[in-house]
Amino acid sequence: MVFLDFEKPLESLYEQLDKIKQVAEQGDVDVSATIQEIENKIKAKKKEIYTNLTGWQRVQLSRHPERPYTLYYISQICKKFIELHGDRNIGDDKAIVGGLAKINGDTLMIIGHQKGINTKMRQYRNFGMANPEGYRKALRLMKMAEKFGFPIVCFIDTPGAYPGIEAEERGQAEAIARNLFEMVKLRVPVICYIIGEGASGGALGIGVGDRVFMLENSWYSVISPENCSTILWRTWDYKEQAAEALKLTADHMLEFGLIDEIVKEPLGGAHTDPETMAKALKKHIKKELTALIEMTPEERISARIEKYSNMGHFTARPPETEIEPTVQEES
Amino acid sequence: MGWFKRLKEGIQTATKFKKETPDGLWHQCTKCKETSTYKEFKENYFKCIKCGHHERIGSHDYFDLIYDGKYDELFDDLISTDFLKFTDLTSYDERIEKAHRKTGLWDAISVASGKVNKKPLVTAAMDFSFIGGSMGSVVGEKIARSVDVCLRERSPLLIISKSGGARMMESAFSLMQMAKTSVKLTQLADAKIPYFSLMTDPTTGGVTASFAMLGDINFSEPNALIGFAGPRVIKETIKKDLPEGFQSAEYLLEHGFLDFIIDRSQLKERLVELMDFFG
Repeated sequence: MVFLDFEKPLESLYEQLDKIKQVAEQGDVDVSATIQEIENKIKAKKKEIYTNLTGWQRVQLSRHPERPYTLYYISQICKKFIELHGDRNIGDDKAIVGGLAKINGDTLMIIGHQKGINTKMRQYRNFGMANPEGYRKALRLMKMAEKFGFPIVCFIDTPGAYPGIEAEERGQAEAIARNLFEMVKLRVPVICYIIGEGASGGALGIGVGDRVFMLENSWYSVISPENCSTILWRTWDYKEQAAEALKLTADHMLEFGLIDEIVKEPLGGAHTDPETMAKALKKHIKKELTALIEMTPEERISARIEKYSNMGHFTARPPETEIEPTVQEES
Repeated sequence: MGWFKRLKEGIQTATKFKKETPDGLWHQCTKCKETSTYKEFKENYFKCIKCGHHERIGSHDYFDLIYDGKYDELFDDLISTDFLKFTDLTSYDERIEKAHRKTGLWDAISVASGKVNKKPLVTAAMDFSFIGGSMGSVVGEKIARSVDVCLRERSPLLIISKSGGARMMESAFSLMQMAKTSVKLTQLADAKIPYFSLMTDPTTGGVTASFAMLGDINFSEPNALIGFAGPRVIKETIKKDLPEGFQSAEYLLEHGFLDFIIDRSQLKERLVELMDFFG
């Protein structure tokens, strides 16, 4: 098990538990009462830690090295899955995966960011940072789904779209912009889940849909806390403050009306019980798609336009707040 | 060996460039350092009279260049609210007020409606001087409302982008403006109303990755910086120097993301031509 800094109190409890279990295996001493006691302590401690997480702690959980990723959920949720590769132009991006899936006899298109599960794979997956061909592959698959009437499910988990020379050369910005534009008009239901990190345009590039959900310990923001800290405070050290200031947790996003619902995670995070998490996701997907299929494509599209058009906070300036501009003032 | 040692590196400004001149009389090119009178500079479409460098100008300068005389400014009463109570070194409210005092503007975009060669055109132009031309809720809303005007009046839309990207101080709300503006542009596309996207120096981040790249015609001014990630971020990520001319308008044209590059002196003429083609 990997323990994050704020989980350290749990680590010693788990160590005690392991030791006592070893004792139990060796001798005839009855330690069941002690085991019970420690397990209760763990339970209480967990509750204490995880019910009051800060923004930065959620960010840490969303990046937990054992956190389940898109392909894990697909393997648990779908009876059958065939991965489809390539954007038919440049190549196959490894940071976004997608393909045809069967859930309860229905065909779906599932698309998602994919991170690697070990050092080698993390590099292979480019840490979940897609290049333009990743977004274009996603769009190709969505268009195919639309053609055949398959609903689309997107899993979002990225620290951002890749900032590299080739990415710029091949139009990272255009690829993301095109997806935003095209996803609005898709005639099939589209539901999106932020399953880990939802950083900026790289997340939104496969994140426009009829419904957008966040797992409890995921985050969604215009910028990662580290980069925000670098720009505004000119050092990485203020990432905790930046995480708070950005109000990036699922609770905040729901409160702002920018997402539709939070999907609960097992206590301690999705990685502590990935199977339960996957089951909950499957149930959720089924419920949401059943509701969306009832609507006509036109109803869904106009609801999507309405929903995104209403996002934003501004006000009309009353005339008396007019401040005379002092142009000469030093900036 | 000299008696004095230069302790600070990089102080190499020649004395002749150090002269202080009062504002409003002279202009010194930020690129070649050539000095000209402000009048000459303005008459030359805010380009350097020697090297032709296009200086960054504001939304109202563009309106003056484009429209036949007068134009109406729209939605200029919209202002941002510090909904998130965002505070870094200063609060977001203070930043807005400071930006307003500096620029006289209320946000990073202004919208105008008027006639270009007697034909109607709605123009939304960004101001880099207002918090780096960053896109927050007001930018998104003004673009959305511009689209509504275009739909109602069947007028083409011109957006002049000049932005560092999304406005961090509005966090997810600023991110969602990418979706919002793109969503509104689908309505314009469905109504078959042309949208011209002019990218000026600089156009980066969330603005490039949403409405700026979605024009029926994407065009730019010479040498403008256009990209998704900023050059510094890319350099830090790949730990290599960037190629010459990387992310310049010419580079984007070469890689297929712009229809053409237009000198500012020909902007109006080209718009008239385009509006004529699209009817």
